[in-house]
Amino acid sequence: MSGWLGDAAVAHLRAVAEWPDVGERYEITRRLGRGGMGVVYGARDRVLDREVAIKVVDDIGSHADAARLLAEARILGRLEHPAIVPVHDAGSLADGRVFYVMKLVRGERLDAAMASRTVSERLDLFLRICDAVSFAHAHGIVHRDLKPQNVMLGPFGEVLVMDWGVARVAGAAPDKEAVVGTPGYMAPEQEHDARSADSRADIYALGVMLDAMLPQPAPRPLMAIANRARAARAADRYDTVQGLSRDVSRFREGAPVDAYRESALERLARIYQRHRLPITLVLVYMAVRMILLLWFRT
Amino acid sequence: MNFPPTRLSVIARTRSADEEMRRLAFATIIEAYWKPVYKYLRLKWQLGPDQAADLTQAFFATTLERDVLGRFEPERARFRTYLRLCVDGFASNARKAERRLERGGGVPMTSLDFESAEGEMVRYEPAVPADVEELFYQEWVRALFQRAVGDLRAWATSSGRDTMLAVFERYDLADSPDDRPTYATLAHDLAITPTTVTNHLAAMRRQFRRIVLERLRDLTTTDEEFEAEARRLLGSAP
Repeated sequence: MSGWLGDAAVAHLRAVAEWPDVGERYEITRRLGRGGMGVVYGARDRVLDREVAIKVVDDIGSHADAARLLAEARILGRLEHPAIVPVHDAGSLADGRVFYVMKLVRGERLDAAMASRTVSERLDLFLRICDAVSFAHAHGIVHRDLKPQNVMLGPFGEVLVMDWGVARVAGAAPDKEAVVGTPGYMAPEQEHDARSADSRADIYALGVMLDAMLPQPAPRPLMAIANRARAARAADRYDTVQGLSRDVSRFREGAPVDAYRESALERLARIYQRHRLPITLVLVYMAVRMILLLWFRT
Repeated sequence: MNFPPTRLSVIARTRSADEEMRRLAFATIIEAYWKPVYKYLRLKWQLGPDQAADLTQAFFATTLERDVLGRFEPERARFRTYLRLCVDGFASNARKAERRLERGGGVPMTSLDFESAEGEMVRYEPAVPADVEELFYQEWVRALFQRAVGDLRAWATSSGRDTMLAVFERYDLADSPDDRPTYATLAHDLAITPTTVTNHLAAMRRQFRRIVLERLRDLTTTDEEFEAEARRLLGSAP
């Protein structure tokens, strides 16, 4: 064989030489994409004969990235919830880089999936996201980078909240970074100092997400819920994610919501919407009675 | 990234008091760069084959004899960039002077196979790539990989890993994705299991990567330059 390497061979060698050597158990099959501090590869777990995803720290020398990736893996390991991607394994490569193995998530991102959904379906998705975030908060974990791009929808209706790379455990050592998160979804206090971001920073991001998920113009009570969740002052937001999701659920049920003070007319309209059939039957009954009464009088 | 331990780079060795070490260091640099330089002169400077061959030899002779590499400042540029700028300066001066260039004496470059380099140029004809600097990089990568594959072959042959080498050559060195056999085909042809194919490929890629990084370490001057080059070459593109 000659020593000449064609373009295709050079490109292929660059790709396969880049793939990390994760040991005997996993066989890297493709590169899926890049996250904040590492690259995610598709791989086959030879022992269990299944497809998995492996996230590997990018920089060999970055102890901060390695610590963050390991922290992310541990956080995910603690959060066993149907809407949070499960971690199967974690370890170090021969060169010291940290990696973890997780479920391979197939599907589409929330932001790409909204157009084809009804308002009711969107609210259902939002409530399931809230469930996952609420679960994390109950375990003392704040995500700090919630946005539609970090939520995946599976082919069987699964909702998965992804990318817990900048999540923070309550009581953990404060971050050195001044800012973590994504502009537009970051609470004002998080923009100034990531260390001050508590669970209400996630509630802020959920408020922005709710607004983004709604068709325009959105019903006023829903806009009020979104606005309250993303209030500039943390103290003006919902205290908990349950409070937020309770209000959204109440809207779905046709009940009054805490975030919106409705007028008498709006209240009547809402009550009518909620009890349309019995009210219609009563009104028809009364109308018939009235007609009959007038008929016999004449 | 599996960085090999720091050692004296080939650029540093060109300044050694030991003549043999200096000669080998020059040879390593020529080996890594002569094809990129030749093709760069052909395409960017639009020189004919003979002229580009003469200028390539003269460039290395002059550069190495006059200790141009000694003026390289790692904090200002990567070595590859520095060398390319030197080529530009050299070609520009040669064009201005319109003089016949002396072929270098005392520098080990008798084995430069310009005919084969010219044969490889066919893929650029008749179009000249829009980004000639990128071409210089691509050719540098190709030269680096070709040497690394050569080293890998020598390692596999000398250690009795002929089947591993056969798997690597047929799968990873295929000229195009269409020519790449399936694991099952390879396993059948070589009378091994598909799992063995997977394991052989993983082992050979690991060794290939190690050799490439060793050679890269040799061709760079600082840890920062080495890491940046390694990241661009084998790391993940953004």
